[in-house]
Amino acid sequence: MPPRTAVAERPLPAEYFRFFDLPAHLNIDLADLEKRYYALSRKWHPDRYARKSETERSEAEQNTALLNDAYRTLKDPVRRAEYVLAENGLAAAQQSAPPDLLEEVFELNMALEEIRDGDNSVRPQLEEAEKKFLGLQQEVDRSLQTEFVKYDGGPESLARIRAILNRRNYIRNLLRDVGKALCSK
Amino acid sequence: MLQIDFGTQDHIVGIDLGTTNSLVAIMEAGAPRVIVGEDGDKLVPSIVSLKANGEPVVGNGARQLLIEHPERSVYSAKRLMGKGIADVQDELRLFPFRIAEGSESVIRIALGDRTLTPPEIGAMVLRQLKKNAEADLGEPVTKAVITVPAYFNDAQRQATKDAGRIAGLEVLRLVNEPTAAALAYGLDKRKEGIIAVYDLGGGTFDISILKLHDGIFEVLATNGDTHLGGDDIDNRMMRIALEDIASEWGEDLSTNGEAVQTLRSQIVKAKEELSFAPSVVLVFEWRDKRYSREITRELFERLITDIVDGTLGPCRSCIADAKVTVEQIDEVVLVGGSTRIPMVRNAVEVLFRAKPHTDLNPDEVVALGAAVQAGILEGTVEDQLLLDVTPLSLGIETMGGVVSKIIPRNSTIPASASEQFTTSVDGQTNVLIHVLQGERELVKDCRPLARFDLKGIDPVPAGLARIEVRFLIDANGILNVTARDARTGKETSVDVKPTYGLTDTEVEAMIQASFDNAEADLNARQLAEARVEADSILAAVEKAKRSDAYAELTEEERQGLATAIALLQAAYHGEDYKLIRDKIESLDHAGHALAENMMNTAIRGVLKGTKI
Repeated sequence: MPPRTAVAERPLPAEYFRFFDLPAHLNIDLADLEKRYYALSRKWHPDRYARKSETERSEAEQNTALLNDAYRTLKDPVRRAEYVLAENGLAAAQQSAPPDLLEEVFELNMALEEIRDGDNSVRPQLEEAEKKFLGLQQEVDRSLQTEFVKYDGGPESLARIRAILNRRNYIRNLLRDVGKALCSK
Repeated sequence: MLQIDFGTQDHIVGIDLGTTNSLVAIMEAGAPRVIVGEDGDKLVPSIVSLKANGEPVVGNGARQLLIEHPERSVYSAKRLMGKGIADVQDELRLFPFRIAEGSESVIRIALGDRTLTPPEIGAMVLRQLKKNAEADLGEPVTKAVITVPAYFNDAQRQATKDAGRIAGLEVLRLVNEPTAAALAYGLDKRKEGIIAVYDLGGGTFDISILKLHDGIFEVLATNGDTHLGGDDIDNRMMRIALEDIASEWGEDLSTNGEAVQTLRSQIVKAKEELSFAPSVVLVFEWRDKRYSREITRELFERLITDIVDGTLGPCRSCIADAKVTVEQIDEVVLVGGSTRIPMVRNAVEVLFRAKPHTDLNPDEVVALGAAVQAGILEGTVEDQLLLDVTPLSLGIETMGGVVSKIIPRNSTIPASASEQFTTSVDGQTNVLIHVLQGERELVKDCRPLARFDLKGIDPVPAGLARIEVRFLIDANGILNVTARDARTGKETSVDVKPTYGLTDTEVEAMIQASFDNAEADLNARQLAEARVEADSILAAVEKAKRSDAYAELTEEERQGLATAIALLQAAYHGEDYKLIRDKIESLDHAGHALAENMMNTAIRGVLKGTKI
């Protein structure tokens, strides 16, 4: 149960988990989380308080906003992991290209420049790269999952999770740029 | 007498304030019902025309006035809600509105000798709907749920809420149109699963994907274009017809309001017929000239291809944002009049690989859903709950004109975010925060929402102040900002300067003005009616004076009649309709003997077989 009075406070450590009465685990049963979310929404949603006093309405709104923020964060594995990192004082590190990808990223950036200048001959190369990085992203997601399980067993692997998240963000940004370049003809 | 309180609460009505048509509905015995207006029509065309005396005429009655007095009429004003003049340059070329001075942050339209903002025009439509509902329910209506396009931004939502306030309605909730449609649809069928709502109306396009589970309607994602709809199709056809006419007749009609409105009504008719017929003939008669042209469906479809295609991009983004595949979407629901166009239906069918649902009336389903939401707020609909999202990301301006996102699009509302701010100069006592909406990274590519001025900060060395600002998007999709000093815990006052829209003071003044006007309007109407009645009784008495029956009156009776006539004539030239009515009654009374005599004379005449 969340504290009903502390609505305007910055969430306390792991408050998002306490909202749902769950342990601060990185591996979450999403169907169970959704069930809890729906039940809490039925209880707190402002629609349920339309006939109540101004104070009660405002409290319902504040509680529901925090509930929604918590659900938005916890239902997504990346946001969830970033939240746990932040709660443990580990902000996401500065992004830098993962060393093993340096060469490919260099070539990709050249191709991106060319297609932006109107050279469509690099299109197949970009499509190939997109496929490859999508594969890499899936690989990262799998290793993230493995680390989640390890973390829930004992909290020593957060630094590794942070490194994986950074790699994932980097790949995601690349994919976004490639997608954008391929979309605009 | 004993008064028994049954604990009845006043009704909350559900309103679809549309670009082309508006409707009002209520919840009745667990089912929503659209209210029929005094003209027998459920649809109230969103057309407002001012009479010469400034009194508004709304709906079907304004249709003809739009053609006769285009300079005093306005339609599709919803497209101008929450906009500034710079936003609407393009479309003003075909909308014949005259824009007044000072339209940078709120558009001001000159109608006759009045100047009205879109919220005031919306309020006139709302007042008509309110009146229709009051006539139907036999009780005053003061509370409403109003629908808005899902892709409406903060300013457009605020403008709609302002329209409600000006019309004397407490707007308990703004609901997104596609979500309202889903609510009506899902309630009816008790559906489970994932549905997409494709809503192409007169002026806006929305796509929403929802998950329906056990009475919960959870919006997963929404997308759209608040500037894409049937009006754009009409404008396209207008342009071609006007060019045709210009070359055939050697006459440019595009600046002639009356001609343009006559042509537009013919074009809308032709467009609507094309949904059922393979070809139609557009006929336009003007003065002694006649223009006609056959339009085949093929030509029509070529004309609108890019408009229809323009809806598909938002659909794809929405599917991606909802994190579902096309195969997972169980059903597609069509909303909005423009979804009657076969080409639109085909495009939806191809994209979603499913035959869209068309068994609900696309004109009414949004209003029905608004009534269901009203029922939820009233507490009469207990199992259903709507979890909607904000369509646009919320961000704040940071160094170098870059926008830092604080609440991502498609976050369930109410949603919030907290940010800490500090001062950059010693002794600084206020901090200015620039808030924007949109998906782009640079300030210049996003929609400015407002500037928030945090005031009364303790003067401390630079960087030492800790102001915690909480941004909350409420269940209506409207931003609220509160701030406090994190070191002292003291509330910081926040001054809001909205980039677009009316200030609170302006809205208050409009509420006052509209109230005064409504009183004045009512008074003027009553006065006019009383005078008409006085005219007819005075004329009747004058006529009767020349009859035999008058001769038969006693002197006293004649004197009484003369006095009553004089008193009514005196009241007639005054402004007090109650006095006129009073004197009409006196005259009626004084003329009683005369009327009786006339009746007798008539009977005698009939008996004698002669005419009186």
